[in-house]
Amino acid sequence: MCQVDEEYSEQLEKRTVPSVSQNCVKCKDGSAVLIIRAGDAFCRCCFKEYFVHKFRAMLGKNRVIFPGEKVLLAVSGGPASSAMLSQVQEGLSRDAPKKLRFIPGILHIDEGGACGQSLEERERSTAQLEAIFRATGYPFHTVPLEQVFELPSSVLEAAASAPQRPDGSYKAAVDQFLQSAKARGSSSPGEGGPDGDPAVREAQVRLSRLETRDAPNGPARLGLGRSEDLGRLLSSVRTLTAKEDMLQTLRHHLMVHTARTHGYSKVMMGDSCSRLAVKLLSNIAQGRGATLATDTGFSDPRYGDVVIIRPMRDYSSKEIAFYNKMFGVPSVFVPGLDTKASDKASIPLLTESFVTKLQTDFPPPSAPSTGPVRSYARSTLKQKKPLPSTPRWCLRGCLRSGSLGRPGRPSAGGAAPRGPAGRGLWSRRGHLLLLPHVSLGCGAPAPPDLRSLLCYSCRLTVKDMSAVDTLPPYIVSEAEHRSHRLRMKQEISEFLLDEEEEDDDDEEAA
Amino acid sequence: MAAPITLHLEFGGGAELLFEGVKDHQVTLPSQSQPWDMKQLLVWIRANMLKERPELFVQGDTVRPGILVLINDADWELMGELTYELQDRDTVVFISTLHGG
Repeated sequence: MCQVDEEYSEQLEKRTVPSVSQNCVKCKDGSAVLIIRAGDAFCRCCFKEYFVHKFRAMLGKNRVIFPGEKVLLAVSGGPASSAMLSQVQEGLSRDAPKKLRFIPGILHIDEGGACGQSLEERERSTAQLEAIFRATGYPFHTVPLEQVFELPSSVLEAAASAPQRPDGSYKAAVDQFLQSAKARGSSSPGEGGPDGDPAVREAQVRLSRLETRDAPNGPARLGLGRSEDLGRLLSSVRTLTAKEDMLQTLRHHLMVHTARTHGYSKVMMGDSCSRLAVKLLSNIAQGRGATLATDTGFSDPRYGDVVIIRPMRDYSSKEIAFYNKMFGVPSVFVPGLDTKASDKASIPLLTESFVTKLQTDFPPPSAPSTGPVRSYARSTLKQKKPLPSTPRWCLRGCLRSGSLGRPGRPSAGGAAPRGPAGRGLWSRRGHLLLLPHVSLGCGAPAPPDLRSLLCYSCRLTVKDMSAVDTLPPYIVSEAEHRSHRLRMKQEISEFLLDEEEEDDDDEEAA
Repeated sequence: MAAPITLHLEFGGGAELLFEGVKDHQVTLPSQSQPWDMKQLLVWIRANMLKERPELFVQGDTVRPGILVLINDADWELMGELTYELQDRDTVVFISTLHGG
């Protein structure tokens, strides 16, 4: 086994190429049309069944969406989010007992302004998408990215999360929902769910006709000033990595804000397992390791009242592309910042090319469900929720802001923060004790040093900007607010009791 | 001597941008001594159809990792990938699954 001149090349090069006549591994009958993992060839019917089942199994297993809850689907128009939309439609239309029971709405963020598209191009792709959305009958919101310049700074404050429901309550809620549905629909048996009530149905139909556009004039007639602001912001960012990071941050804030203003408590995003594998590695490379669990896990509770969930996290991009192609799921290709860029242009692109090459060159040899992408994506599940070790504020909201309190405690399914990592910075009672890099200047308020307030990765992004004043006002004003508070806290710190010591004394006495 | 064959090529998921944004192409491959296979088709596409940045579509003698290939609506991994012998009126679809196309 351990000889010096061992020959592995023969073994490595040997790859079984499945033959054309291979039958479906599931029904053994139909002729296979695609290979999902090495050795697993599926026919058309079984693939559809497998795909549809996986979506509902994912939601069923995690039990985070309660019946009757309002859920916002974030649809970019790309393959994964379009597949997600079609799965929600499928799940809501079924009469089966495992029918999905939430109330969906659609959000599309038009990022054309950030990616240098002309107004005509933006209008064209928005019109295509709106035609798709209208066909679903769900209410939809099209929001231009320029709106981030009008966000209130409260976006950055994580609102108190809904009280965590005990584990058994999901079943009780479903039962209650079913009973009330039955009671309402007693005149027309067989119709479960909210659709049973004619008044509700009528309201839904009327709601779906309602065109909700947050910018009443649409992107075309959007104030030119805002487009310029956005252009200025992005042109002040020097690297593509930082640009993508900034764009993602702004997109998240806009999503959370839209969800809050329209009363949605969950946002569904279409991150596929291939995408999450890339995100996992590139986030580590960009210094976002502290928030890996929330950035890549199934649910992301950091915003408190709005929880982001990723139901597509079990699908590879290949499965999604095949499903969309085979079953005619419409999607719209919108060029982004990274379109036609070389694979060394940014950290996420380089990571993506690394992961896809790994997947192609080293497909899982015999183990059925592995392969680099799946292993990476699986490892995201093992991540623990962030430890309260960074007293800094993250643009992505990884820390609870405003209250100077303890960072966001995970509110849904996950290990509570533990360990002594934060000792010295956080007292046992969760108060901020040590505030690094706070200027003690007490004269005229200097412009806040944004960087000192941010987490490591956001700091890197801001470092790549030539001018910080191009940031949207809500970020700037929140930064000012925070640095004032920090300064104030510093000024009165002499008069505060050192809680850490006090705690220790208590402990000793006990 | 194989007769010329007509193929229907489709590009999607952003790959069409490298072909002037046109998704559907009807092409005729000239006659040659051996039958056409996928490997030769890729060489032909690179020489005759790709308008820009060939490395974003073809790498080495195969497609760039992350671009899916479907031959007559089936995964090309089932058809022998590069060794598949093309028939007249086959449909070959290329879908990019990469972020940004």
